Amino acid sequence: MTEIDAVPRDRLSHARTWHWILAGALALACIASLQVGATDVALSTMLAKLAKGEALSQMERVVLFDIRLPRLVMGVLVGAALAVSGAAMQGLFRNPLADPGIVGVGAGAGLGAILAIVLGALLPVWMIDLTGNQLVPFAAFLGGWGSTLLLYRVSTRHGRTSVATMLLAGIALGALAGALSGILVYIADDRQLRDLTFWGLGSLAGASWAKVLSAGPLILLSISAALMLGRGLNGLALGEATAAHIGIDVQRMKSIAILAVAGATGAAVAVSGGIGFIGIVVPHLLRLASGPDHRTLLLNSALLGAILLILADVIARVVIAPAELPIGIVTAVLGAPVFLWILLKRRGLVEL
Amino acid sequence: MSLTANNIRVSYGKREALRGVSLTALPGEVTAIVGPNGSGKSTLLGAITASLPFHGRVGLNGRDIGTLKPWDLAAQRAVLPQASRLAFPFTVVEVVRLGLQSGTAGDRPEVPMQALARVGLAHYANRTFQELSGGEAQRVMLARVLAQVWAPVEHGEPRWLLLDEPVSSLDIGHQLQVMEILRDFARAGGGVVAVMHDLNLTALSADRVAVLAEGQRLAFGAPGEVLTDDILSRAYGCALRVSAPPPETIPYILPHAASAQKEPACV
Ligand SMILES: Nc1ncnc2c1ncn2[C@@H]1O[C@H](COP(=O)(O)OP(=O)(O)O)[C@@H](O)[C@H]1O
Ligand SMILES: [Mg+2]
Repeated sequence: MTEIDAVPRDRLSHARTWHWILAGALALACIASLQVGATDVALSTMLAKLAKGEALSQMERVVLFDIRLPRLVMGVLVGAALAVSGAAMQGLFRNPLADPGIVGVGAGAGLGAILAIVLGALLPVWMIDLTGNQLVPFAAFLGGWGSTLLLYRVSTRHGRTSVATMLLAGIALGALAGALSGILVYIADDRQLRDLTFWGLGSLAGASWAKVLSAGPLILLSISAALMLGRGLNGLALGEATAAHIGIDVQRMKSIAILAVAGATGAAVAVSGGIGFIGIVVPHLLRLASGPDHRTLLLNSALLGAILLILADVIARVVIAPAELPIGIVTAVLGAPVFLWILLKRRGLVEL
Repeated sequence: MSLTANNIRVSYGKREALRGVSLTALPGEVTAIVGPNGSGKSTLLGAITASLPFHGRVGLNGRDIGTLKPWDLAAQRAVLPQASRLAFPFTVVEVVRLGLQSGTAGDRPEVPMQALARVGLAHYANRTFQELSGGEAQRVMLARVLAQVWAPVEHGEPRWLLLDEPVSSLDIGHQLQVMEILRDFARAGGGVVAVMHDLNLTALSADRVAVLAEGQRLAFGAPGEVLTDDILSRAYGCALRVSAPPPETIPYILPHAASAQKEPACV
């Protein structure tokens, strides 16, 4: 009975091969995204031209370098940020339903962004100079950070998270942030209102190199921080006390996780509005495919999140071309059923 | 080289759960903590494992645990909590690997399977943890803890197993098996401190017993000195008689008889 005949399945190296598969798929998705668009400028024709040594037309250059490329880069950044913050938050809250969009962190970040858009001009000049084009993402980060901290305080007692409390607190937080945002909309002037409307659509349509530069650094910093949390989040799956017993500095790990979630969510929300469900669907699919080990889950989430968001953006651009759908609608249509499916399959989760 | 708890006091809000308890556990021995429900056993273990704020001093191999980092503590002692929940669908062997870091047995990939084999669950390696029964889950967690301090002595220092009711949901055969594992760990030079529910198993397996009642230590010593009519009756608040067979023809089953055979436990 005690002989070692069973060979332990090695899901970790399996998950590591997924890094490469997903990286390859991401490259393909990027090509598809550059190829497709409202104008008939196609990547393939342009590449053919370049190969023959011909110059691109003015129009082709604008479409490729000023429209599609920044949009692609932003899609990669935002998709990776949303999926990684979902995975990190689920690890932190020990629950596959914790997603920044669902539990109000996105709304908190949104409130921060709206505050910055509407009231940013009232800040002292030196602060505006200091933050520059980072003001909106930074304010969104602060809003997301505040809401994550509050949410964790409310829903976690003695190192155990109550899912019911977490979801209910998330609803309250979302409603509060929504109400405050509503008040701000009243006092906004016309130009700000236009900014807010575009922002609120949840879209990559307004992508520009300026936006990429404003959100990119915070997103990359947050993702890098999150990627170091693998072992800590694995330990946390056993509860806070046991995580400490196996040698993890739990307080420090939690602080980093909360900052990373807030940074990634905040920056993503600041440039693209609320894009839902990426954070919940991506980690869930990956856990099914290669197990819950966070040492690989976080990087795989970044890759698959980027892939899915780019593909959703392609769909958003082609289904009603030449107009386009807000991408938030596409991710919701694809993601909400998956969310319900998780609930259905694992009803026991909610009683925790 | 020992584990010492000195005048430990713990309060939950205004209520004092421990009122100045001291304890010394030696390597090479199994030290049991017994007492009625709510007497402070888990709380005492919580203080010894630095899981909750307390007054007093806890020394591990001569160092104050308050001065040690989590990873240093983890290299010297492993802790089995009274109940374990696991958040994500890890497999059994993945759970056992969770406790490993370099410095413990993290650089020795064969240890997790050996630890599972030790608790008789090697063939469960690829099962999902959440599918296990309560007793199986408890043994997997024990394997995780064993893997973390796989060598009972390292760099000339004893390592420690600190366990809260390690056999509470096991059948009698596996209770004996687990107690034998703990005895082996102690025999090899490690130290074991276990909160125990079952007084018969305690009498059988422990070298020293601390009896707690209402947050205080009522007695501390070898099982023969401590497990007496008087002390147990006072601790548990009912008239208890040690080593007295029941008068009638009611059957009784003692673990003593089982382990008297050469082949311990019914495996
Ligand atoms: N987290 C807590 N908050 C408040 N009281 C607690 C807490 N944990 C334990 N207690 C109380 O402290 C006393 C000792 O508890 P514990 O050490 O768990 O007892 P046991 O000996 O059964 O393990 C009990 O009266 C219990 O109700
Ligand atoms: Mg207890």
